[in-house]
Amino acid sequence: MSAQPNTASAKEVLIDVDGVWRYYGDDCAVRDISFQVQRGEVLGFLGPNGAGKTTTMQILTGVLAASRGRVSVAGHDIVDQARRARTHIGYLPEQPPLYPELSVDEYLRYAGKLRGLKGTALAAALADSKTRCGLDDVGRRLIRNLSKGYQQRVGIAQAIIHSPAVVILDEPTVGLDPIQIREIRDLIRELGRDHSVILSTHILPEVQTICDRVLIVNQGELVLDRRLADLDSGESASIIVGLRNAPDLSVLQQLHQIKRISSLAGDRYRIEHDGTPDFAQQFAQFAVDRKWGLFELMTESDSLEAIFIRLTGSDQTTVVNDQAA
Amino acid sequence: MNSVFAIAGHELRRLFVSPLAWITLAAVELLLAIFFFVLVYQFLNAPGVAEIGVTNFVGAGLLQVTGILLLLVTPFVTMRLFSEEYRSGSLKLLLSSPVTLTQIVLGKYLGIYTFLLIMLAIIAAMPLSLAVGTTLDFGQLGAGLLGLALLMAAFAAIGLFISTLTAQPAVAAITTFAVLFILWILNLAASSATEHVAAVLSYLSLLQHYNALLKGVFNSVDVVFYVLLVLLFLILTIWRLDGERLHG
Repeated sequence: MSAQPNTASAKEVLIDVDGVWRYYGDDCAVRDISFQVQRGEVLGFLGPNGAGKTTTMQILTGVLAASRGRVSVAGHDIVDQARRARTHIGYLPEQPPLYPELSVDEYLRYAGKLRGLKGTALAAALADSKTRCGLDDVGRRLIRNLSKGYQQRVGIAQAIIHSPAVVILDEPTVGLDPIQIREIRDLIRELGRDHSVILSTHILPEVQTICDRVLIVNQGELVLDRRLADLDSGESASIIVGLRNAPDLSVLQQLHQIKRISSLAGDRYRIEHDGTPDFAQQFAQFAVDRKWGLFELMTESDSLEAIFIRLTGSDQTTVVNDQAA
Repeated sequence: MNSVFAIAGHELRRLFVSPLAWITLAAVELLLAIFFFVLVYQFLNAPGVAEIGVTNFVGAGLLQVTGILLLLVTPFVTMRLFSEEYRSGSLKLLLSSPVTLTQIVLGKYLGIYTFLLIMLAIIAAMPLSLAVGTTLDFGQLGAGLLGLALLMAAFAAIGLFISTLTAQPAVAAITTFAVLFILWILNLAASSATEHVAAVLSYLSLLQHYNALLKGVFNSVDVVFYVLLVLLFLILTIWRLDGERLHG
């Protein structure tokens, strides 16, 4: 199953991920993930440890190849037009790819050259990325001697030196102190104005403060793809219903808006749907017409945390509706 | 090509900002200077060696020892090439940059080979310094130095490949040493083999081809042998990295 992407506006699509799978031996780390990212969007990538976030990001950046599926960046396929696609990508892995024995300037100059910058353009890009990441005073220092926060900034400076259309940051705020976290968040928000940013994290409030849109992956599958604005407006995509004479769950699944149904205690069911505005009303009508004994109906007001725990918890009986995809 | 040079320059810079490069160069120069001194001393004092010729005795003798010393030293300079980058995660910078695997491999190879050529230059200075006091056979010395350059090229390519196999530099170094050593002495095994096997084994031996060049015998077969060996291991390295991307 896959969540429906939000196709709100006709903005330029910078990342197009189409049905990507990835196996490590027989283990499937990423299962049929598809999504798109538009210019100027900050996308939060959430999921428990081992959910496949890092693998997905490594596929986007060309570090790993997908076992199946296609990815294109700024219109270039990352396999067939690998070099073109990668000029539009800046990537900060979980562990910044630094060379501790070099100075900040030496390192950033190398990163710029690898991305095809040279001469005055390189010098300008170097100065600009240092200023944006607050590294102006440490240019000549060895990376080895910098604090973790500064090393992280060098990692980000490396990712943006060539002004890529897409910046991919894997847990950029891990291990930083609160002030550094705030600075990095401000930086990411600023990046989001003229780049697309994909950001993975464990920290839910981080997503709420920085991101426009959130993706949740669990066990290699994309289980949620939604704009944060939709979450905040209380426009819930799930309802809880009580049905005394509930039909077989397979009958409910035939309603095409329904993506997933879970049984709860006491004849209650949680129904996740695709966000159709009048879904609750339609469902009530439907249930009454078919005499399912509707005795309770409420829309769930979703906090990100509640959604996250619900979607990634493994202790529920879940029926997945494949037709929704 | 720019990316290849950027990567090569980066490798060289990293070598020279660490003590490893300097200590390696100093140790090699010191050890070989001792051998050089002993060889010159013997040449001047031992009876009967004068007929062998100074280039043959001192020059070829020194390069012979250099070959053995490089067996030990090359693994230590090639071990970091990929192993360290796997371990620190810095390889991801290269892999996510708009450069091909071939450019990465060529860049790293060029970087390490430039370092080895610097080493060759300071080694060559010793026998060349004899030209001040005597007449050298520049043909033989030239063939010998070409042999050394080719030997270094082969060692570096093998070391480069082996460093892609592990994230532990020490493991890469020891494995490289073992492989180089086996290839070096392969011709010894030839003595106890049948004729055809013996021919193959001594052809594969790194030592055989090197010795021919040291004697001043320039045979294109020897040169081609080293070139093929280098190409083989560079291609294996590229395959290995590609496999890592697909299955790693």
